Amino acid sequence: METITSIKPLLAVLVSLLVIPILVSSSAKPNVRESWTFIAGTIKLLLVLSMLPIVLKGDQIVLTLFKLAPGADIAFRVDALGMLFALVASSLYIITSMYSIGYMRGLNEHGQTRFVSFFALAISATIGAAFSANLITLYLFYEILSLATYPLVTHHQDEKSRISGRRYLTFILGTSIGLVLPAMIYCYHATGTLEFAAGGIFTDQLSKPAATVLLLMFVLGFAKAGIMPVHSWLPAAMVAPTPVSALLHAVAVVKVGAFSIVRVISGIFGVEFLTSFNLGSVVALLASITIIVSSCIALTQDEFKRRLAYSTIGQLSYIILGLALLSPKGMTGGMLHIAMHAFGKITLFFCAGAIFVATGKKYLSQMVGIGKRMPFTMGAFFVGSLSIIGLPPTGGFISKWYLVLGTLEGDQLILLFVLLSSSLLNAAYFMPIFYRAFFCSQEESMFEDKIKEAPMMCVVPLVITAAISFVLFIVPQPFLDLAQLAVKGFIGG
Amino acid sequence: MDNYPALIVVAPLLAALFSGIFSWVEERFTYPTALIGMGLSTFSAYKILMRVLDSGTIQYKMAGWLPPMGIEYRIDLLNAMVLMLISSIAFINLIASYRNVEQETNDRKGSFYTIYLLFVTGLIGVTATGDLFNLYVLIEITSLTSYAMVALADKDRGPLASLNYIFIGVIGASFYLLGVGYLYLKTGSLNMVDVAGILSGIEGSSTVLVAFILCMIGIWIKMALFPMHVWLPNAYSYAPVAFARVVAPLMTKVMVYVMIRLMVTVFGLEYIFNTLNLADAVVWLATIAIIAGGIMALSQKNLKKMLTYIIVCEIGYMVGGAWMGNQLGMSGAILHILNDALMTFALFLAVGNMVYKLKKVDFIHLQGLFGKMPWTMAAFVLAAFSIVGVPPTCGFFSKWYLVLGAFEAGAYHFAAALIISSLICAILFFKVFEICFFEPMSEGHGHGDGHGEVAIAEAPVSMLIASGLISISLIATGLFSGTIMNKLILPFLG
Repeated sequence: METITSIKPLLAVLVSLLVIPILVSSSAKPNVRESWTFIAGTIKLLLVLSMLPIVLKGDQIVLTLFKLAPGADIAFRVDALGMLFALVASSLYIITSMYSIGYMRGLNEHGQTRFVSFFALAISATIGAAFSANLITLYLFYEILSLATYPLVTHHQDEKSRISGRRYLTFILGTSIGLVLPAMIYCYHATGTLEFAAGGIFTDQLSKPAATVLLLMFVLGFAKAGIMPVHSWLPAAMVAPTPVSALLHAVAVVKVGAFSIVRVISGIFGVEFLTSFNLGSVVALLASITIIVSSCIALTQDEFKRRLAYSTIGQLSYIILGLALLSPKGMTGGMLHIAMHAFGKITLFFCAGAIFVATGKKYLSQMVGIGKRMPFTMGAFFVGSLSIIGLPPTGGFISKWYLVLGTLEGDQLILLFVLLSSSLLNAAYFMPIFYRAFFCSQEESMFEDKIKEAPMMCVVPLVITAAISFVLFIVPQPFLDLAQLAVKGFIGG
Repeated sequence: MDNYPALIVVAPLLAALFSGIFSWVEERFTYPTALIGMGLSTFSAYKILMRVLDSGTIQYKMAGWLPPMGIEYRIDLLNAMVLMLISSIAFINLIASYRNVEQETNDRKGSFYTIYLLFVTGLIGVTATGDLFNLYVLIEITSLTSYAMVALADKDRGPLASLNYIFIGVIGASFYLLGVGYLYLKTGSLNMVDVAGILSGIEGSSTVLVAFILCMIGIWIKMALFPMHVWLPNAYSYAPVAFARVVAPLMTKVMVYVMIRLMVTVFGLEYIFNTLNLADAVVWLATIAIIAGGIMALSQKNLKKMLTYIIVCEIGYMVGGAWMGNQLGMSGAILHILNDALMTFALFLAVGNMVYKLKKVDFIHLQGLFGKMPWTMAAFVLAAFSIVGVPPTCGFFSKWYLVLGAFEAGAYHFAAALIISSLICAILFFKVFEICFFEPMSEGHGHGDGHGEVAIAEAPVSMLIASGLISISLIATGLFSGTIMNKLILPFLG
């Protein structure tokens, strides 16, 4: 394995940041502004892609920016796990930007310049988190992301968004300052480093109870991952405009949470350390409870986006569960799920938004017969929900396949049962939507048969993401390769 | 040898003199005089800092008299840094506050600049001097000028706040003077280094113990350590905002500097932490100060008042860090002198802009401020994040060292207080942001690109530039805190 020093990770982070002044200054010309968003997004994706071959070769790209203290610099390191996440986020950003245009203009929303600017800031922080070389850099970008998304969540500036925004911050900022920060400083105090290392940074500084407390502080402190009981900000955050819910609350923000936990488990504690204390089971228990309970709650939700939110909470815990298995297949599945779930869930959010733009409806009970009016949208919805349930021919099948193999590998039959019953529950809360959208009698249908889709800018992106979900079933590389490479790194192979 | 250590004090002092004269003769000249005086002072501070970095401690004998009889200015890395901080903040504020002074002191501009310069002279002297009695005199100069300033603007509440401030300030000064008296009795010297040398032989002396405690109490009153803080909130919030902008970031921080100077240079850390048994109690006091300051800030309905209670809270950070008894805590406290001065300055710059446009900054006046004053608010938000301790702003990094120090010393209560205070500050500032962002409440969805947008009514450009620069410097200081630590603070602590 070689390490290459390159400025590319910094550029990939900075490009969306630097474009913000341009966005603000061209606020009077929306088309110019939007094209700058695309230019920045494309450059970012190309930068990420240009690093892909190096990472696939097994090499790493490093860059140290500021020296703070020994073992705690502001530094970037692009490895397989970071690359996987950055690839997902930067590619979906472009698609979401396209969708935003359709959505925001379709609804004639106010403050669009503010919206795209903070969106750019948020994606910048996401990529920064993906490429962080150590915990302090990760924490830095994690916090920037929390704060950058606040104006996006509360975009409508009404009483409802104020309350939701408050809940959002209380959970996200409260846990990161209250739990992660002291835990992180304690790690540094105990070991003198925060660098993500293959076997973790602890040797024998921690007793089992101390390690358990520290691990729980991290797992619950990175509340963006939505482990119960710190999940309830996510349904609240659904007051945001749908592009925000789609990219941030199905991909960027929530996955940064899961990603951070993955980093802590693999790079701070280390697989071997956790195995020796048998701490994986503690995390697995939390994740399993979250998976089952959130799926059950999702069944009861009538508001489309809230149902998706609870589904997301459950799916995020798949990632955590996969890691907590501490077995190669399980961890591969967990990380693969970062990508597979992203493409599936963003499709579903796009559908919810498209329906809202086209009809103004946001409750599922008002969507009987919608399939005949919006066949493309609902077709994409079908593909997306298959991916979430984990059925072929979609990408979601592959990550779940690895997760199931992981449980078998570790003889964790209870967890296997959790995974399978969750899939059933997923089917139970998605399939009726699809069924009622297409298969209803003429009298029951709430819509005319005439096809009248949302604006092109809304429909094209969701068709693209649905198609990608399908393609990922046939060609799961490069995500599968990256996940396997990352696992090889974790277990020190 | 050049005379920058004299120039740094003499320039503002002479400028004060001239601007006093001009205020009788031709008031227009007072502002340029002040500007020249502070400019020279800042330049000298820069020269001194570079010299100290280059070739170590400067010893400057005033008028050539030799210590211990003569007054000696002794400038090492610590006070070179603080001097740079004081003079540049005072200088930048002079530029940023020109309009505020016009607005708030109407016909007494000349008096304002004269007192302002004297105040800064006092602060610089306090920081530069190596003489214990000279220190007392200069502290009194800063205090007397502050009393006058507080009474200058708000005709209704200013005088009472000032009177309160005088009473408590005088008590604080007396304590310190008494302490110095005891020291003089015991050692027969007033030069800091000289006294330190003599003290090292007589560690068990109860006179020295009393002297130490008296000095500390005096300084704590002056720096508003809880529960000796009662004078601060009213004094700072009724003072003219142009003055609040320097007194809030500088006065308390300079007093923290004095405390650290007495601890490190005069009495010696060895003596304080090994012979005396006070450290635990003081760290507990600091812990209580942090929490109490935060809670009191929560109950405020005026932005300025809220910020003054945050100062009370931040004082706890520095006192606790300095008394932690390890290098991490002490270096965190010193770093926080720099960081807290900058972030308080940034906050008050933004508040000054608001006061200039809105006159009052009770929370109800702040509605819709993100729309009206977007640039001021952007600067304010950055400064607020620094107080909360969000990386990469500098507030995060001093907190980092302080918490590390607390862990090393096993003072978990202090670490917890720091974390809780971060949370309280987050609540405090987001409460303000919510008012500025959501109110007046729009009904239902805000639609349409132009809908609900308030006409921008920003402060003048000079004020915005100062505000923006200082806020951005918070990030720069944060990112380079490793360098500051390695170049300035750690070499000072040895």
